[in-house]
Amino acid sequence: MRLGERAGLKPAKPMRDVFGEALLEVCRRNPRVVVLDGDLGNSTKAETVRHAFPERFFNLGIAESNLVCVGAGLAACGFIPFITSFSSFLLCNAYDQLRLAIALSNINAKVLGSHGGITLGKDGPTQMGIEDIALVGGLPTFVILVPSDPASMHKAVQAAVDHVGPVWLRSSRVAMPHIYPEDNCPFTIGKANVVRQGSDVTIVGCGIMVAMALDAAVILAEEGIQARVIDMHTLRPLDKETIIAAARETGAIVTAEEHLLTGGMGSNIARIVASTHPVPMRFVGLADTYTESGDPEDLLRKYGLTAEHIATAAREAVAAKR
Amino acid sequence: MMVTTQSVNIQVLKETARSLRLDILDMTTKAASGHPSSSWSCVEILVALYFGGILRYRADDPWWPERDRFIMSKGHAAPALYAVLAAAGYFSRDLLWTLRQVDSPVQGHPIQGLLPGVEATTGSLGQGLSLGLGHVLGGRLNRLNYRVYVLLGDGECQAGQVWEAAMAAAHFKADNLHAIVDYNKYQETGPISREMALEPFIEKWQGFGWHVEEVDGHDIAALIQALRAVQQVRGQPSVIIAHTVKGKGVSFVEADYTFHGRALTPEQAARAREELLR
Ligand SMILES: Cc1ncc(C[n+]2csc(CCOP(=O)(O)OP(=O)(O)O)c2C)c(N)n1
Ligand SMILES: [Mg+2]
Repeated sequence: MRLGERAGLKPAKPMRDVFGEALLEVCRRNPRVVVLDGDLGNSTKAETVRHAFPERFFNLGIAESNLVCVGAGLAACGFIPFITSFSSFLLCNAYDQLRLAIALSNINAKVLGSHGGITLGKDGPTQMGIEDIALVGGLPTFVILVPSDPASMHKAVQAAVDHVGPVWLRSSRVAMPHIYPEDNCPFTIGKANVVRQGSDVTIVGCGIMVAMALDAAVILAEEGIQARVIDMHTLRPLDKETIIAAARETGAIVTAEEHLLTGGMGSNIARIVASTHPVPMRFVGLADTYTESGDPEDLLRKYGLTAEHIATAAREAVAAKR
Repeated sequence: MMVTTQSVNIQVLKETARSLRLDILDMTTKAASGHPSSSWSCVEILVALYFGGILRYRADDPWWPERDRFIMSKGHAAPALYAVLAAAGYFSRDLLWTLRQVDSPVQGHPIQGLLPGVEATTGSLGQGLSLGLGHVLGGRLNRLNYRVYVLLGDGECQAGQVWEAAMAAAHFKADNLHAIVDYNKYQETGPISREMALEPFIEKWQGFGWHVEEVDGHDIAALIQALRAVQQVRGQPSVIIAHTVKGKGVSFVEADYTFHGRALTPEQAARAREELLR
C-alpha cells in the first residue's frame, strides 16, 4: 500500500525535487543566498540554482571537508551559504569542519543533508544516513529541521534562511505525500504541528514517518484507539510544550523515525517525558544495525518501519497505561 | 584457480571484456539502478588485472594471505567488480542478478565480509588508497610479498584523503602499492575540467613522489605492459593513469554524461546489447 494511502493523503513528487524548487525560490527572494555543491547537484537537485544563478553556485567537487569550510568562509563575508550533499558524506567526511567552522563559530550557514534514512534504497548502506540526526545532535548550535511533505519543505527552506545561525535540513530522496494544503502549512521553528487529534495515544513522527503515523492512526481508529499525530518538523529546539501536553492528555507516546533509535528523536523526546510527565513510551526506528540495498518498501518492511509497526507499538503503549 | 604470468591471449581477453560489459548491463538493468557507465569505463583495467597475469589470487582460497590485493576505491563501479570476481570463479554468476535486492550480498556498493574477493567497503569516495597503504604496511610486518592495486576514479582524486594517502605512500616508499586512475574525464555532474580541474595531473602525482605511467585504459595489452612495468619500480609507489571513456562500449552512453548513476531502460538496454555484441 502506498505511503499515506490509508490516511487519504494525495501523492506528491519526490522530496528532492521539491527541495530544488524551494532552494531556487529562496535564491530568487534573497540575493545573499549562495549554493555550494559536492558534485551531487543532480541528485540533491541543488542544480536548479546552477542553471538560474550560475554565479551564485559553486561545485567544490568530491571534497566535503573543503566544501564545508569554503561555505563557512562565504558566510563570514555576509553571504548565506546553502551547503548541499548527502548527509552521510557531509557528516562523516566533514564533521570536524562542521564542528569548528560552523557549529562552534555559530556561523550563519545552512546545510542540506540529503538522502537521510534508508529510503534511498538500492544504493545501500554506504550512502544512507541512518545516524545523521545523532551526529548533528552532537553539534549543539545547529537547528535541525526535518520536513514531512512538499509544503513543509518549502517552509523549512525559507525558515532556514530566515533563521540567523546554523541550520541542518534533513531531506530524503523519496516522495512524501501531501500532509498540508500547499498554501497553508504552519511552520515555526521549534513549534510542532498536531496533524491529527486524538486522546488515547500520541504518535510523534518526523519526515516520512509523519505520513506513516497518519496511516497507523487509521488502523488504530478501526480498533477504537484514537491516536494524536504530531509532526515534529524541528528536532532542535524540541517543542517541549507540545510533548508534555501530549503526555498529559493522551497518557502514552510512540515515536517514529527513519533513523537509528540510538541518538535519535525518540531518545530526546523520552528525556523530556521522563523528566516532566512520565507515561508509557514505545519507539519505532532502526535497531543497532546497518541495513542493506533494496527497494525502499522492502527495506521499510524488513527493518520495522511500517504503519503496522507503529500501530503495534501504539497498542503496546496503550496497554501499558493500565 | 591461480593465474600465472604466462603468455596471455589478448583476443580471449577482449571477449572476456565484452562478456563482463554484458553482465554489467544485465545486472544494472534488472536492478533498474546502479552505475553502468562508471563500470564499463574500467572493464579492461579489471580484465588486465584478473586475467592478464597480474594479480596473484586463488578464487577457491579467497583470503590466501599472500594474495595480491585489489581495492575498488570507486565503489560505485561495484557491478564491474562483481562481474570480474564471478568470472574469476569467486562465486556463482547467478548471484549477479540479485544486485541491489534485499537479502543479497551483492550490495549497491561493495561491503567487506559479504562476498569472497571483496577486500574493502567502499562507496564514500576517497578511502581506498589509504586502505591499500595499510595493506602494504601490514604486509611488511607480516613479511609477505604481495602487491596492492587500488582503482581510483578521476573525480575521486578531488578528495583530499587521496593526496594524504599519496604523501604517506611516498613517505613509506610503498613500491608495492599501485594506484590506477580510471581517467574518463567525467565526474557525476559534468566534465572534470569544468567542475573541478585535476590538471596538471601527472605532475601532481610526480610532485607527491610517485612514479607515473600513462596508458590507453581500453588497450588490454598496453595495460598489462604498464602493470608489469610498475612492478619494476623501486623505492616509490606508482600510479597508472589510464585514459578511458566513461560508458565505453555503448555509443549513446559514451556521448551523455548524465547517464552517471542511471541504469538503462529496457529499450536502451536492448540497443546497448546490440552494440556490445557487434
Ligand atoms: C565522499 C563522496 N562524495 C560524493 C559521492 C557521490 N558520488 C558517487 S560517484 C560520484 C562521481 C565519481 O566520479 P569519478 O570518481 O570520476 O568516477 P566515474 O564514475 O567517472 O568512474 C560522486 C560524486 C560519493 N560516493 N562519495
Ligand atoms: Mg570519472
